[in-house]
Amino acid sequence: MSMSVERAADGAAVDEARVPGRWSGVLYELLRTRRVLFGLGILLALSAAAWIGPLLSPWDFTEADILARREPPSADHWFGTDSIGRDIFTQTMVGLQKSIIIGLCAAVLTTAVAAVVGAFAGYFLGATDKVLMWITDLMLVLPNFLVLAILYPALRGQGYIVFVILLAALAWMVTAKMVRGMTISLKEREYVLAARYMGVPDHKIIFRHILPNMSSLLIVDATINVSAAIIAETSLSYFGFGVQKPDVSLGSLIADGSTQSLAFPWTFWFCTGLLVLLVMAVNLIGDGLRDALDPQAKRRS
Amino acid sequence: MGKFLVRRLLSYLVLIFLASSFAYILAATTLSPRTNFEQLQPRPSQEAIERELDHLNLNDNTPLAERYATWAAGVATGDFGQTITDRSVNEEIARKAGVTLRLIVVGTVVGCTVGVAIGAYAAVRQYRAFDKVTTAIAFVVLAVPTVVIAVSMREAARWFNDLTGRQYFQYGGEYTAGLDAGFWGMLFDRLQHGILPTLTLALALFAAFSRYQRNMMLDVLGSDFVRTAMAKGLTRRAALLKHALRTALIPTITYFTFTFGILLAGTTFTEKIYGWHGMGAWVVDSIVQNDVNAVAAVTCFMAVCVMAASFLSDILYAWLDPRVRVS
Repeated sequence: MSMSVERAADGAAVDEARVPGRWSGVLYELLRTRRVLFGLGILLALSAAAWIGPLLSPWDFTEADILARREPPSADHWFGTDSIGRDIFTQTMVGLQKSIIIGLCAAVLTTAVAAVVGAFAGYFLGATDKVLMWITDLMLVLPNFLVLAILYPALRGQGYIVFVILLAALAWMVTAKMVRGMTISLKEREYVLAARYMGVPDHKIIFRHILPNMSSLLIVDATINVSAAIIAETSLSYFGFGVQKPDVSLGSLIADGSTQSLAFPWTFWFCTGLLVLLVMAVNLIGDGLRDALDPQAKRRS
Repeated sequence: MGKFLVRRLLSYLVLIFLASSFAYILAATTLSPRTNFEQLQPRPSQEAIERELDHLNLNDNTPLAERYATWAAGVATGDFGQTITDRSVNEEIARKAGVTLRLIVVGTVVGCTVGVAIGAYAAVRQYRAFDKVTTAIAFVVLAVPTVVIAVSMREAARWFNDLTGRQYFQYGGEYTAGLDAGFWGMLFDRLQHGILPTLTLALALFAAFSRYQRNMMLDVLGSDFVRTAMAKGLTRRAALLKHALRTALIPTITYFTFTFGILLAGTTFTEKIYGWHGMGAWVVDSIVQNDVNAVAAVTCFMAVCVMAASFLSDILYAWLDPRVRVS
């Protein structure tokens, strides 16, 4: 008697509220996580500023106003001017654009490479795993900034896209190891076994069944990689090994401003502040996403 | 256990050799030492350039395989060749490695210990003021690249010195050249120079480790064995230190291995910004000066450092996790 009542109650509940899918649940969690919203808000605001800002500014980013060198911020030059009279506001916004693009592209590429390498190593194991993991270890031994710096003479004159590809090619190792570990446990699941017995080819199983089932890990990781890529780009550009002239990025602007930050603080603090804000926004999103997507991490926040 | 470590050590040696070879080949193909000599004023004769390049094993007319063989044969006997200014790379390493090692070791020890301690304590006091403040600080620091930390601290020190009219902080070089102030005076001078670079490295490490350790500690705090430890009569303090922290340290050690590469990058930037003549600053200069042999040597040094860190964490792992020792 009581069982049938329960069953009836269950049925009613199912009728009233649809069973939430994976993504609607995630979306709900995200919207409830204030950090993600806050981070997204900052990121959107920064992107809007980066793309709309240069249009509003009367100056071009390579244009020098020779009559106004090292001027403090004014109505004419919103962030002041640098040592040869270029408008810092326009430069910073163009640099911000570059940093955002580089960060996003490099992160997506990094995670993609890591997912493929890790999943293939974990799925096939044996010789494939040995070779791939060995390459991974070798790449981990070489500090990636060093390789990028050595390659910089080859990078000169290339666009920043080559730089993005290199950045991704040298940063996928740790994630690949994580993905490999997860793949090894996922490949024993019934749905993977079922697919295999039905004769689905291995690469299809990896892309259709294994990788989508670790999408939350991959999304979180991609977000973390965005900030890692932005930081790497800044550091390399600071020493002139990253984005090459005439392109500017936040790193090259910080390098220009850092030597004179005491006498002319506007040449240093605007770009530095925006950089920190950008990375912090991305980190906030990544942190919130991890909590929202990982049921075990709920109490950490 | 001993066998395991020996096997690890052997595979590390192979990896170090391969990494250095890779760096050598990369540097030999992308850098062009020839331009260094061609741009000399007055320009040396073509013959002299060729002779000098051949002498340094940097001649790009020699096939890469041949140059690599010469280099590898030298390395096998412990000779990394000559720098582009015809000085022994080995001597340069001997002079510079110590500078970098001092910076890395002190920075790592301070940064990791403080980070782990604060992270663990913050986890114990979750949601209290201490937790909130340290989490916020770590979060902000994590968003600042080491380069920016270093530059900002240097500028802050400059501002502070200007304000007080005395040189409390030094930010150029490792010590004052030609200073003769006795043992204590020299020590004080080194401390004055060393505090900012060390702090730069330690701060970045502290941020990463305190966040990571806090998460790991939180995972462990609610577990049964900690409750059992307290139930069997251990004080809360002893249970937390001996059981919870010890278990929570294990993943942190793996994390240490992965962050070491980033730490080396941070050291490079710190050395360059504070004018320390260490390996990191040297590699940046050598790349600009097309100094192939020096680049390969520094890569080898860094690979050795990464491997040493990895080996250290293997040992620590075995020390912390009894299961590794038993098997």
